Parts: sequence; C-alpha cells; structure tokens
Amino acid sequence: MTELGNDAVIRVRDLVVGFAGAAPVLDRLSLDVFRGEILGFVGASGAGKSVLMRTIIGLVPKREGLIEVFDVDVGAASESARRSIERRWGILFQQGALFSALTVLQNVQFPIREYLDLSDRLLDEVALAKLEMVGLPADVRDKYPSQLSGGMTKRVALARALALDPEIVFLDEPTSGLDPIGAGEFDDLIRTLQRTLGLTVFMVTHDLDSLHTVCDRIAVLAEGRVITAGPIPTMLASEHPWVKSYFRGKRSRVDGARAA
Amino acid sequence: MESFARKGAAAGRSISGVGADALNGGPLLESANNGDRLALNAAGTWTAERAGELEGLIGRVIARHPKVGGVDIDMRRVERLDTFGAWLLERLLRSLKAAGGDATITGLPEHYRGLVAQACECNRAAPAAPRRNALIVALAVIGRTVGQIGQDIGAVVAMIGALASALGRAVAHPRTFRLTSMVHQMDRVGWRAVPIVLLITFLIGGILAQQGLFHFRQFGADVYVVDMVGILVLREVGVLMVAIMVAGRSGSSYTAELGSMKMREEIDALRTMGFDPVDVLILPRVLALIIAMPCLTFLGSMAALYGGGLMCWLYGGMSPEVYLSRMQEAISLNDFAIGMIKAPFMALIIGVIAGTQGLEVKGSAASLGLKTTDSVVKSIFLVILLDGVFAMFFASIGM
Repeated sequence: MTELGNDAVIRVRDLVVGFAGAAPVLDRLSLDVFRGEILGFVGASGAGKSVLMRTIIGLVPKREGLIEVFDVDVGAASESARRSIERRWGILFQQGALFSALTVLQNVQFPIREYLDLSDRLLDEVALAKLEMVGLPADVRDKYPSQLSGGMTKRVALARALALDPEIVFLDEPTSGLDPIGAGEFDDLIRTLQRTLGLTVFMVTHDLDSLHTVCDRIAVLAEGRVITAGPIPTMLASEHPWVKSYFRGKRSRVDGARAA
Repeated sequence: MESFARKGAAAGRSISGVGADALNGGPLLESANNGDRLALNAAGTWTAERAGELEGLIGRVIARHPKVGGVDIDMRRVERLDTFGAWLLERLLRSLKAAGGDATITGLPEHYRGLVAQACECNRAAPAAPRRNALIVALAVIGRTVGQIGQDIGAVVAMIGALASALGRAVAHPRTFRLTSMVHQMDRVGWRAVPIVLLITFLIGGILAQQGLFHFRQFGADVYVVDMVGILVLREVGVLMVAIMVAGRSGSSYTAELGSMKMREEIDALRTMGFDPVDVLILPRVLALIIAMPCLTFLGSMAALYGGGLMCWLYGGMSPEVYLSRMQEAISLNDFAIGMIKAPFMALIIGVIAGTQGLEVKGSAASLGLKTTDSVVKSIFLVILLDGVFAMFFASIGM
C-alpha cells in the first residue's frame, strides 16, 4: 500500500461495453486499480458492476476502449500473453462456481495441475495449505461442492482463486448470502490474505461493512461511468445523489452511529 | 562448498554465477558445513513456477544430510517467495527437525514473515486415515449395490402409488388436473416424435423384409416373409422400437428436466406452496406418455408394414396386391391388439422410471448426468422385461 500512485495493475480507459441492439451498459468508463490495494466497486443493481468485471477478465467482449492488466493491452495480447496474465489472477464467482464433479481438494488442485508440473505430494500439501489458509478444516477435503454450506463454498472458491498465488483477485460479491458474522470473518480473511500474500483485490460488493472495514478505496459506478473514486471520507463527502443515499442513507453506518 | 544447481540449469552457466542466476529466476539452495552446523543459503525465486525444481532441491538437501545437529537457513538472497515456496521451506524445516536437529531461519525479508508464519501452521493435522482392505471395500460396494437395488424397487413402487393417488385426486377434482400441461407434453413427446418414429420403423420394416426374402428364398418360401413381417411388427418390433425410442428421447428429457428443477429447488418451492410435485409435474407427463405411446406405436407399425411392403415389391418382386392379400390371411386382429395393449404399460414404465430418477438427482451436475443415463438404461431394460412377461401371458391365454 506504500506504492499507491502510478503503479496501476489494471488500467481501463474509455471502455464501452454493450449488448447487441441496446444502449451501452458501460459508456466511456475509466478506472485504475493500484498494486496492493483493496478496491471496492459499488453501484446500483444492474448498473454494470459484474459486466465490468467480466469484461476485464475477458468473458464479455468490449466495443471500444483500452484494458491494460500488468501493462499489457489484453484486447491486443496474443494467446500466450493472455494465458500468462490469466495465470496471475484469480476469480471468485458469486455462486462459487466450484466444479461439482470434483472434490474440494481436486477443485483447489485443478488450476495448479493445469499450469504447473508438480509432484502429487506437493500438490496435496499445497492444496491443503490453501484450504487451511482460508480457514477450512482438513476434513472437508474429500467432500463434494453439493455437500458444503454457503460460507464453506465461498471459502473453497477463494482457496481455488488463490491456488496459483495470483497477484490480483477478483471477488464478485464475496459476502453475499453470508450471515453478518460469516461476512465479517470473510472480510477479515480477505484483509489478512491481502497482507500476507501482497494481493491486489478488486471486489464488487454491496456490503457496507466490507466497504468500511476492508476497502482502501471505493469506486462508484453510475450512468455507465465511474462517477467517483476514493476512500470512505471521499464517499461521505460526495454530493452525488446516489452516492449520498448509498453511504448516508437509512442503512448506512453513519446513520447507525448517529442513532446509537 | 557444494551447490545444488536447479534441475535443467542452462548449460554453460557456471555455479559461481549464483547471483546472476538468482536474478534470472531460478531457485537455489547451497549448503556449507559450518562446524557441526549446516548452513543453507537460499536464493532466487521461490514461487509456484519454480516449485517443481525447488522441491527437487530440498529433497536432495534432506537426502544428503540425513543426520545434522543444527541448521541455519539464510533467506536473505531470496528474491520472491509465495505460498508454494513458504510451504517448501516449512517442509524442509519439519524434516530437519524430525531428524533430530534444530533449524533457524535468518535474513527473512520483513514482508514475507507473515507468509512463513502462516505456512508454519498448515498441514499440522494428522493425514487422512489409510485406505481399508481392498476385500472389505469390494464387499462394501456389493452390499451397498444390493441395498441400492432394494431402494430403487421401493422408489418405483412408491412412485406408482403416488401416481395412482394423484390420479384419484384428479378424477375426484377434475379442475385441479393440469390439462394444459398434459397437452403441451403430448405435443412434445407425441406429435414432435412422429417424424423420427416413422423414419426408423419404416427402415426397420424394410430391413426385416429384406433379410426374410434373402434367406426364405433359398427354400422357396418367399411368400412367408409377409407372415413374418406382419406378425413380428405388429406383436413385437413395432411397440418395442417405439418404446426404446421414447425412452431415449422423452424419458431422458423428463429426467433431466425434473432433475434440474430439483437442483434449483423448484420442487421444494412447489412443496412449500402446498402442491404435490407428482400432481403438478409427473402425472401430466406420465399421462401424456400413456396417450402418446399407443398413437406412436400405431403409426410406427404402419410405417414398418409399409417399409416391408415396399421392400417386398422392389427387392422381392411381389406386387402390392399380393402383399396385402397375403397380409390379410397372415395376421389376425389379435396380433394388432397385442401390440397396442402393451404400449400404454410400456409408457407407464418409462414415465415412472423417468420421474423417480429425476427426483433422485442431487446437487451436482454429475449426478444429473448419472441419473439421466440410469433413467434410459433402466427403462429400456424394464420395457424389454415387461415385453417378455406379456409374451408369456398372451401365450398362456392363447392369444
């Protein structure tokens, strides 16, 4: 976090994304994500948060604009350059997206097996270590995803996202569907892992507590653009009506603190 | 000083060029004896890409120094470290300690301390229980399979019961019956299946006639081909072919549909709203099959007889008039009735199996595929079994 400034690992410029025959979802959007920060990305439902994340990771095609990850233009990169970038990021999908035919341990091992040539012993040990790092007991290793609770699914999905020791992790609503205690633990986990592993975290979230406790910076998406970005005080000072009602509305922490 | 250069180190790169090599990214671990203590100097990148080489290096260090008093590991020259490197360092420490020595780490950069501390806590739990005796495992599998067969039979019987009571409710309160759904299903499994059923049974009829002609001709019994085709198609082949096609085409689709509804909790949602999934989903589907199957069987049998006739005419030189008059003598209404009577029972079997298997789907995609396969395999097996039972029954009542 000391290197904030020009060291952007993700640089998005004038991005336009839209689906055929409809008005663009993202309209000339620009955003920087700096090395070592946790960026919280908020916006109304349907504003295009997930679309931006899916465009950056290459699941949704862009119409115009530039996306650079690790200073490589991903739109123009060769297949092998793209693969080496993909190896350096990990993605936690909203529903976990665990492979239902594989056990928990095999899920975590899957990307490692794909990219690295390791002995079975090391593969087992590293995958188990990852599971322990996300706070799961060793006896979940042979369970199947359908046997896991929501919180455990998210943890396994995080372990899989972290399997290759990525530099960036994309989290799509990591705390949705978790109870407040579970969500708080998950926030702490992300914070701890970000510190120990030196991760850059791009987090799409609706959870005000996550935004207050773990995010270094917040970017707000509205009208297809990033209307404001900065730490919590910037958000609280913003006069944009949506930002105002989001951070200073009925459910915001500021209001809660005032009532208490 | 001895040095363990990384596996596949570029030829020509001298060992003295350790610093340069480390900058190029190779992991290194040098050992030197320092009195009774072993000094290990780590350098380079200790990351996921190099984990395979690093594991080899560490294994060789452990193998060369089976008994050491104490070890100092200097991590000062390590350029990069991630969880793979941290875990391998931890593995080295543990095996050195297990050999009776003590080990210390020096010069670890500040920002890697958390990582190493975290690796230190990992994999402390006892390894998973060892595998059990293969014989016991095999016996357990057999036992479980037998139990499973029993459960399957129970589930099928329960489904037939549930369908009967759902039918009773529908008769008592006709307004609750889902007629729209049933008509929609009849369109799917009946009307839309007509072209493929006609095509396949037409071909089968032609093949039967051709084979018959070819072999019967050798002893001048050409004309009996008509008897064979007529009786075989009407009594057995028509209904069996249609049943097998319906099981593959519609039974599998029912199972997949119900199974994915189960996975997405739609069936639970129905239950909580006070609907019985058998009433809403399964009864209309099974009734649609029971109505569609005889229609398809009739059409299929006619197509097969037509194919047989065409083949007799083109290949056997038998005029259509002869074929038809011979057919009239050869078959009785009984032959036709037997095929048609069997059709709804086969439809019931296919529908019941498809529904039972669909509701047995668990949360995973693999289970959906497995149950869909099971549904097709079991319904085809039971259809053929039922056909055999019917054959014995009709033989004993002289039909």
